[in-house]
Amino acid sequence: MALLSVRDVTLRFGGIVALDGVSFDVEPGQICGLIGPNGAGKTTAFNVITRLYTPDEGALELNGESLLHTPPHRIVERGIARTFQNINLFKTMSVLENVLVGSHTRSADEGAALEILDYVGLREHAHRPAADLPYGTQKRVEIARALAAQPSLLLLDEPAGGLNHEEVAELGEFVRRLRDDRELTILLVEHHMALVMGISDHVNVLSFGRKIADGPPAQVQQDPAVIEAYLGAADDDPVVGA
Amino acid sequence: MRRTATSAGLFAALVVAIAVLPKFLTDFRAQQFAYVAVYLVALIGLNVLTGYTGQMSLGHGAFMAVGGYTTAILMTDHGIKDLWTIPAAAVVAGAAGFLFGLPALRLTGLYLALATFAIAVATPAVIKKFEGFTGGGSGKNLFGVKELTGGIAPVHVLGWKLNFNNWLYYLCWTVALVLYVVAWLLLRGRTGRAFRAVRDSETAALSSGVSLARYKTLAFGVSAAYAGVAGSLFAIATTYVNPDTFPVQLSIFLLVGVVVGGLGSLTGLIAGAIFIEFLPLWAQDISKSPGAPGVVYGVILIGVIFLLPTGAAGLLRRVASLFRGR
Ligand SMILES: Nc1ncnc2c1ncn2[C@@H]1O[C@H](COP(=O)(O)OP(=O)(O)OP(=O)(O)O)[C@@H](O)[C@H]1O
Ligand SMILES: [Mg+2]
Repeated sequence: MALLSVRDVTLRFGGIVALDGVSFDVEPGQICGLIGPNGAGKTTAFNVITRLYTPDEGALELNGESLLHTPPHRIVERGIARTFQNINLFKTMSVLENVLVGSHTRSADEGAALEILDYVGLREHAHRPAADLPYGTQKRVEIARALAAQPSLLLLDEPAGGLNHEEVAELGEFVRRLRDDRELTILLVEHHMALVMGISDHVNVLSFGRKIADGPPAQVQQDPAVIEAYLGAADDDPVVGA
Repeated sequence: MRRTATSAGLFAALVVAIAVLPKFLTDFRAQQFAYVAVYLVALIGLNVLTGYTGQMSLGHGAFMAVGGYTTAILMTDHGIKDLWTIPAAAVVAGAAGFLFGLPALRLTGLYLALATFAIAVATPAVIKKFEGFTGGGSGKNLFGVKELTGGIAPVHVLGWKLNFNNWLYYLCWTVALVLYVVAWLLLRGRTGRAFRAVRDSETAALSSGVSLARYKTLAFGVSAAYAGVAGSLFAIATTYVNPDTFPVQLSIFLLVGVVVGGLGSLTGLIAGAIFIEFLPLWAQDISKSPGAPGVVYGVILIGVIFLLPTGAAGLLRRVASLFRGR
């Protein structure tokens, strides 16, 4: 059975149809890519899965049980944690405190939080204000905060944004290691194609709110509809396979 | 750990200083410093709400009124000793705050400020309206009532004989320091982090499992309970309440006090409380011509906010980091 199942989900913002009958499954233990040009609806999909938005139509299930009756603050107890595309840390708090809030529904104990900081390589920054750290480090703090919730499904929204070439390669290794060490399932939104295609088991492609393709990375890269969607999009979008 | 030890040491020094201060004060000054403790309690409460949780209140004087009237009514109409009315004031005002916090969940920023301000504006009129209960415009007199400790005969505490003003001083400061420690314990752990998480980012707080409804209403309840205790002490100290005891200006002064003390920090609040109690008096000293004290007050306030944008707490932090050599 799929861990997460998104069924015919539609969400409108006024006249904009941000998600238009989108369906996809995420199997347990997978790294599942979710790609698409700017404005395709990827972040919106995350916001629907984490219940910040309620879909106008469709169903969402985790382990076969609906998510639609779960209020947003209980999503993390159901086992879903996330990071944000635009860094969304608790700005006035230290790195450690950020991670402690992440474990709000769990132990909330300092030892466990420090262990997570060790794991992501941020132990030395534990007592620094999160807002003082460089961008890439802040992104890692967000991952640490999400891990502190002990999720079974981790949603990463553009974790490679703002990272240099080397750091992106490192991130790929790191995400794999996360999945293996922590028995996580990962849903990954990313514009960095080499990264998504390199580590995903399965990729879903959105364009203008619709799912236009899905399959193993090699297959999706060849898909004419996908190539078309990316070529038709703005110039600053990376071309598939780049 | 070392920081906790330093804080505990500084706090102990503060307790000692407060304990011996009346030796050097006239009776009249001792009473003024008792009011500083009263304001401190109210400021701690307001800071839980506005400083820590990020919810603006321009109406905390109203919760003080709830506490003050709870004390006055229990003492005069129900024969309850003043000390016992203090926890009752906390419960009644806390419940009022919690209930107000529920509809306030829908309001943020300016709208919340306006809603709380409306409450402060309406409070005196509401008090006048329920005359049978509150004593209406003429208020309730606590002086000479046998439930008032120290009102008639001196108070004996642990073999010490205290006159009324010194008794008030020690009563208010004991309550204030205990409630300071309670707030410190509440704010340093999981609950305090949840409050600050709500303030820093509601979305990230939700996604971390922090219920906005729960922590916002909790902050309202705790904050109003503190204001209620402050109002209760205020009533005991003035030995009198009427609708003008808790005017709109009080709510504004409280917000000023929190900003001067430092939003989101407890250490500076004593400075904020001193500011509320003494600045109007200093302003009077400088000039008594009509309107002048108000202008002096305003100018000093603007000066303080320019010089100390993070309040007294921010200044303390800067001094502390100088000592640590950073
Ligand atoms: N809160 C909102 N109100 C109105 N429109 C919104 C809102 N959030 C998203 N949209 C719109 O929905 C569409 C999908 O946006 P979304 O942020 O999900 O795209 P995305 O795939 O994450 O894009 P990007 O790669 O640029 O992050 C866009 O047209 C966007 O403008
Ligand atoms: Mg996005």
